[in-house]
Amino acid sequence: MEYTPPPFFRRGPSLLARLGFFTLLSLILLYADARFHYMEGMRKVIAVVLYPLQELADAPGQAASRIGNFFVSQSYLQRENDRLSHENFLHAGQLQSQQALVAENQHLRQLLEMQERAEQTSTVAEILYVGRDPFSRKVIVDKGSSQGIEEGAAVVDDTGLIGQVIRAFPWTAEVALISDREQVVPVQVVRNGLRAAVFGIGYDGALDLRFMPINADVENGDVLVTSGIDGVYPTGLPVAVVSNIERNAAYPFAKITCTPAAGPNRNRQVLVMSRLAPLPDYPVAPEVKKGKARKARKGG
Amino acid sequence: MMHSPLFGKLSGSEEILLPVKPLYITATLLAALMINLLPLTGWVLGLRPDFVALVLLYWGIHQSRKIGFLPAWLLGLGMDVADGSLFGQHALAYSVMMFAAIALHRRVSMFGMRHQILHVLPILLVMQLIVLGVRHAAGGEFPGWWYFLSSITGALLWPATDLLLKIPLRQRSDPDEA
Repeated sequence: MEYTPPPFFRRGPSLLARLGFFTLLSLILLYADARFHYMEGMRKVIAVVLYPLQELADAPGQAASRIGNFFVSQSYLQRENDRLSHENFLHAGQLQSQQALVAENQHLRQLLEMQERAEQTSTVAEILYVGRDPFSRKVIVDKGSSQGIEEGAAVVDDTGLIGQVIRAFPWTAEVALISDREQVVPVQVVRNGLRAAVFGIGYDGALDLRFMPINADVENGDVLVTSGIDGVYPTGLPVAVVSNIERNAAYPFAKITCTPAAGPNRNRQVLVMSRLAPLPDYPVAPEVKKGKARKARKGG
Repeated sequence: MMHSPLFGKLSGSEEILLPVKPLYITATLLAALMINLLPLTGWVLGLRPDFVALVLLYWGIHQSRKIGFLPAWLLGLGMDVADGSLFGQHALAYSVMMFAAIALHRRVSMFGMRHQILHVLPILLVMQLIVLGVRHAAGGEFPGWWYFLSSITGALLWPATDLLLKIPLRQRSDPDEA
């Protein structure tokens, strides 16, 4: 197996040495990326290089869907048009009352001397493809940092929250879905304002409402919306509906499963919200003597 | 295809092919990268072999003097960015795969197509195991046994890869025709 050329055919360093070199290089990159996220700049450069290839690879699918759109039947369009105008009518009514509510809210906030709510802008983006990494759940959308999309922005569709932008490349962006194992969304039960956190479990169609005590006031059918306390997601976006509760006294927490309100499979168009205004800084703790502070930390 | 290379004695070792140009190797690798970038979903994505790995392995075994670690490593970085995975996991896996390909190239090309598949399968599986190990170390969880299906489809596509990549290297029956 070992292949050593005679000395008059020298071909650089040996196979094992080359393997060692490239393995070491990869390991350094892996460590720098996993622990310190140092590689984002390099990622962006490579993403720009790969962009034309990616466009080329996406072209057949997009051409097919365009041709498919061309041959949509008259009756289907008629039905969709009817449905949309009906929805539009309903929404128009809601919007009229909402305008009054916004004005009232602003007025009340002024009276109470509360901070103004920041206006949020949003960008329509289209899902290009589903992420290929089997260890995470992502979609890639066709708008990027050159269209004003920032990392951390919330992504919604017409029914609720889909996920969050985790990497913004110049012309594309990676969106981590809320069903990803590493995604946690702080939520609130609409019925009673109870706060909780929803965890992704790694596949579509189910989310986990974790760390709720057995006697927590959560019922089947409860609607969960974002609570907004994380400063990432805006307040009040529908996230999920509670679908199953198991209360077993053997465990400290109830096992609560929810059905997500939205999903990337529903439609291709999504809305990328702008980043929220940064939260005010944490209040500075009043200065105390060192001894006391240590004691207080121990107690807390 | 009148005589399948899958069955019967392989004629490839006796066949005299045109010399491989580096440009051709580059073109096939880029084509494989583009197939990997196709926007697939669902079970098709689960079954899809890693074409970049397959073509790299092919050239590593058949042209081990014309391809080295650098293209494998760079394409690995490209795959990492395209997939949004950890930066360097594919680069590491492809480097190790290239080592196996170059180290085993004399042995593998002695065998017939059916036995070559038996060599290719473990190499592809080891490559996936490296990715799995890296992700596990970084806190990822096992995605399920279907994860290894792409190695199996990749190994099964080995004869097709061989046929396809050899087409432009066949000598024309009549050199004056061109």
